[in-house]
Amino acid sequence: MKIIVCIKQVPGTSEVEIDPVTGVLIRDARNTKMNPYDLYAIETALRIKGLTGATVTAISMGPPQAEQVLREALWMGCDDAVLLSDRKFAGADVVATSYTLSSGIKKQGGFDLIVCGKQTTDGDTAQVGPEIAEHLRIPHISYVDRLVEIKDKSLVVSVSMDKTTEEWEIDFPCLITVDKGIFTPRLPSYKRGREFKDYKIKVLTFADMEDQDENHYGLKGSPTQVERMFPPERITDKEVWRGDSEELAEKMTAKLKELKVL
Amino acid sequence: MAKIKVNQSKVTPEIAEKSVKLCPFNAIYYQDGVLGINEACRMCKICVRKGPEGVFSLEEEEAAPAIDKSQWVGIAVFIEHGAEGIHPVSFELIGKARELAEVISHPVYAVLFSDNARKYTDEILSYGVDKVYCYEHPKFRHFNVEIYTNAMEHFINNVKPTVILYGGTSLGRSFAPRVAARFRTGLTADCTILGMKPNTDLIQNRPAFGGNIMAGIVCPNHRPQMATVRYKIFKKPEKTTPFGEVVMMDAAGLSFKAGSRLLAVKPKPKEIDISEADAIVALGRPFKTPADFAMAQELADLLGAQIAGTRPLVEAGMIDPRKQIGLSGRTVAPKLLITLGVSGAVQFTAGMTGSELVFSICSDPNSPIFNVAHFGLVGDLFEIVPKLIDEIKAQKGME
Repeated sequence: MKIIVCIKQVPGTSEVEIDPVTGVLIRDARNTKMNPYDLYAIETALRIKGLTGATVTAISMGPPQAEQVLREALWMGCDDAVLLSDRKFAGADVVATSYTLSSGIKKQGGFDLIVCGKQTTDGDTAQVGPEIAEHLRIPHISYVDRLVEIKDKSLVVSVSMDKTTEEWEIDFPCLITVDKGIFTPRLPSYKRGREFKDYKIKVLTFADMEDQDENHYGLKGSPTQVERMFPPERITDKEVWRGDSEELAEKMTAKLKELKVL
Repeated sequence: MAKIKVNQSKVTPEIAEKSVKLCPFNAIYYQDGVLGINEACRMCKICVRKGPEGVFSLEEEEAAPAIDKSQWVGIAVFIEHGAEGIHPVSFELIGKARELAEVISHPVYAVLFSDNARKYTDEILSYGVDKVYCYEHPKFRHFNVEIYTNAMEHFINNVKPTVILYGGTSLGRSFAPRVAARFRTGLTADCTILGMKPNTDLIQNRPAFGGNIMAGIVCPNHRPQMATVRYKIFKKPEKTTPFGEVVMMDAAGLSFKAGSRLLAVKPKPKEIDISEADAIVALGRPFKTPADFAMAQELADLLGAQIAGTRPLVEAGMIDPRKQIGLSGRTVAPKLLITLGVSGAVQFTAGMTGSELVFSICSDPNSPIFNVAHFGLVGDLFEIVPKLIDEIKAQKGME
């Protein structure tokens, strides 16, 4: 059995502010980490590896620095890591990102299962997993929060929907996105860190892709465009009160009464 | 299509340092005296607009052939249904679709996949759609992403709507991306504001970076344009005298093959749903000890409110994930919201802007929460709240 895990490097913090003078985004760009939801995806793949002897390949698309999260995946227990990196992949939205990942996955010589985190903390779309499945024309199930059974040709999983819990059987090859809570992710192992110290992560570029049409990758392959960034709307009709705690509590109670909440 | 070119002759180490810092995506690097742009570039063009003069320039490449937008007509809403009937987010989207359609004089469509379409069509028509396109087959009884995608593909190819809106539910967020990838078209998740340009381009605004910023996204050269919107972001429209018609589509030619099968559906134990609450007390990072939570609970009980929280509290395991307000949690629209120690990142505020009356207590006067609160109290919540509890008790004649 062969499992592929898709992971992403994301900003270490989600606190982004706009400089009121220059209008420029302020963000500490050097601070990055693995998308927290991907830890659950890796753990899920490693648990299945433990039960079936599967091999696990971690794959990521991003700048050369994204190698760091692939190393972390190796230290956790993945067998292999692949980085898809090329200036031609830059500026990708969900469609182009998922297409590039699916093209990179195709180069791995077959797979039974793809595991993704449910979403990233920077994009927050939860769309890349399902779109990879569609590009590969394989079935998918989103938001898996429990593995029920691993069969020879299929997987039985439990999914938490808005008001119900559903149990699905899904045939290999397939893709699942997993929710946090499925398993507790293990920490990277120091021993594996040493073993993989000199491991060279495989890098695939545009030239390695089967589809050589540049219009399917990066910005050119992205139907959506960010037209503008702007601060969220503020309510105009607002009051900010200062004072000692006693005063503030009294003022708030009086307002609640005036507005007939009390 | 365009790309950004760097004029190396103007690059000095100082300019390089400034440029590297300027890029919000960490895409600009300076190595061996060369200033470059790597894969992380998202083409926000901030370096062209705000960068050192003459260093970054936009180079236009030949544009992709423009599509004929006039061929794509109508704003369609995907109708989500389950054991409890139609999901109310579908009606909220119909209301918004009517506003958008008015700008460009397009019709509003509903698209329904069901084993018994007539069960739903009267209710859909009562919210004022021009046409309900129905696909009827026993296999549509329950959502299966592959089967639904095949049906949506048929709908898009035959009706050619310019926009399709989906509820940002567990189902919608699994289904819509599949359709988007099949058509290689744009899909914007969790939009909080939608607008329409006269040229039929949908303006899709959503919080970005999970932080304090909004992104305005367009899909200028692909159709259909698609977006998901969370429940309770838009208001449910008033019912109207039905004027639309039901169009039965022929589902016979569709493929019902699927690699996944539903084995069982179990109702979740009945839980309190904060998205329906009339009053909420929302807690932020400062809440740590059982005594802190007991204090919040006492205030909530006095106001008949439910307790909710922000993402950090959920991630710390202190609050049930189902009680998280925000982009990755629930959207709430209570009559009264009191936030305690919540700083107000867009991640949070995106889930509460529909609240009618917001009080916020926070010690940092610069917190963005004060931009969205009707009444902001700058101070120590652990001092203010006990006094507030006493005051409210006194008002109620409890002591």
